[in-house]
Amino acid sequence: MRGPSPAVVSASKLGLTFQTNDGPVQALSNVDLTIGKGEFVSFIGPSGCGKTTLLRVIADLERPTSGAISVNGMTAEQAREKRAYGYVFQAAALFPWRTIERNVALPLEIMGLSRTEQAERIKRTLDLVNLSGFEKKYPWQLSGGMQQRASIARALAFDADLLLMDEPFGALDEIVRDHLNEQLLQLWGRTNKTICFVTHSIPEAVYLSTRIVVMSPRPGRVSDIIESTLPKERPLDIRETPEFLAIAARVRDGLRAGHSYDD
Amino acid sequence: MDSFRDKIIPVTSILAGVVVLWYVFAVILNAPFQRDLDTRANETPGTVEFIGKTLSQPKPTLPAPHQVAVNFFENTFLRPINSNRSLVYNAWITLSSTLLGFAFGTALGIVIAVGIVHVATLDRSLMPWIIASQTIPILAVAPMIIVVLAAIGITGLIPKAMISTYLSFFPVTVGMVKGLRSPELMHLDLMHTYNASRAQTFWKLRVPASVPFLFTSMKVAVAASLVGAIVGELPTGAVAGIGAKLLAGAYYSQSIVIWSALVAGSIVAALLVMVVGIAGRLVDRAMGGRTA
Repeated sequence: MRGPSPAVVSASKLGLTFQTNDGPVQALSNVDLTIGKGEFVSFIGPSGCGKTTLLRVIADLERPTSGAISVNGMTAEQAREKRAYGYVFQAAALFPWRTIERNVALPLEIMGLSRTEQAERIKRTLDLVNLSGFEKKYPWQLSGGMQQRASIARALAFDADLLLMDEPFGALDEIVRDHLNEQLLQLWGRTNKTICFVTHSIPEAVYLSTRIVVMSPRPGRVSDIIESTLPKERPLDIRETPEFLAIAARVRDGLRAGHSYDD
Repeated sequence: MDSFRDKIIPVTSILAGVVVLWYVFAVILNAPFQRDLDTRANETPGTVEFIGKTLSQPKPTLPAPHQVAVNFFENTFLRPINSNRSLVYNAWITLSSTLLGFAFGTALGIVIAVGIVHVATLDRSLMPWIIASQTIPILAVAPMIIVVLAAIGITGLIPKAMISTYLSFFPVTVGMVKGLRSPELMHLDLMHTYNASRAQTFWKLRVPASVPFLFTSMKVAVAASLVGAIVGELPTGAVAGIGAKLLAGAYYSQSIVIWSALVAGSIVAALLVMVVGIAGRLVDRAMGGRTA
């Protein structure tokens, strides 16, 4: 999977220390990571392990205090300025005063695309997340799962090759989550995007990823990286296969090794 | 049916209670003067006749509700609208300066709020002064504004409107500062990931997010504007307006006139707040509010 493909994200000796009232907190320490084009990488770990912080550093929403990060061969800031990635937050974060199509249009308006170009992309991305027919609805008229799909459409609308997702399905019930996981995989297969996905669900991480980055807290660090041997084509019931369960067990071992299960 | 049970019954019961209390106090407060009159005229009326008299004095200490109602009805509906005794005419005079002052005040309030939200120095330097401005009694400031403006040749509508502005910009500033700062961190982060400029974040996020705050503060501001316009009419010896009516009533001890002017003022205030409320609801609906 990684081979000679150019690195989309590359971090070396990355560290980030927050200055808080209770003294410095090391959110990230010595993170080395390379993510190639077309990979689906999950970040998993208990809360406080820095997985969200790492994603935010990639997105230039936080600045590292040591080490280096590059995105698409540029600094994270340059990549953000070039709109190199779409970011999906834990909540859908749709603007309540905009209809679904106007929400998807938001980044396009900011980029200054023409009306016709906007309309074309809105249609294409809403099709991609199966939300056609809901263009004129307001966010509150949609279920939580549909709202999150709309926010994924918004992140896809401007055709960034990199998708950063911060526990996007964490607030949804398991049935909706299964469904969206399946759809996300299909979407990834069709678009060939690189996806960085933060989660605290082991089955979700194993089901989705080509590579699983296990992280552990105090200080936040990468404790293990697991390559998935699952095929690219993954029906939902692959999760009952021995191969799947073996990978899940390895992830759990990795978490245990990082003292994630300690009190 | 529900609105009948939930709103109309409680409101009318309170109203009925107030009217009954009002009558009781009218009798109590007007009784000494009535007793005085009766002693001088050597009359000894029965209780019912006495109470009737306390409720029909021409210049009572506290006019009875029906006296105010009759006066209000006559001066509102039975007089030509251009007569300077018409309450409609006087209310319009006050209303025009209220609306002008409210428009200025809202605009000023928004401009100051935008400044405070975007310029850190203004945030630190301006806010204490704005709060201080509202601790000065408006009755002390109003005559000065009017005298100073008259000295440079500005009289009439503008000075009154300025007092309304002075009172109404404050709630709008406070509300809009809060409203412009109301977007969640996640929404601000989102705009950051799009590399949106400050202007884009302002127009596409901060402004729409502040709209509900704007209308709430405008409700307070419009009522304050009306108070400002009435207060502005007092020191000028204005010839028309609700404030002028109040002043004239006070000069000639026409308590009934004072009370009916008060009623007119409250009705105007209620209407203004209602209109702002309806405008707020319409805008909310246009912005996808749940009531749509």
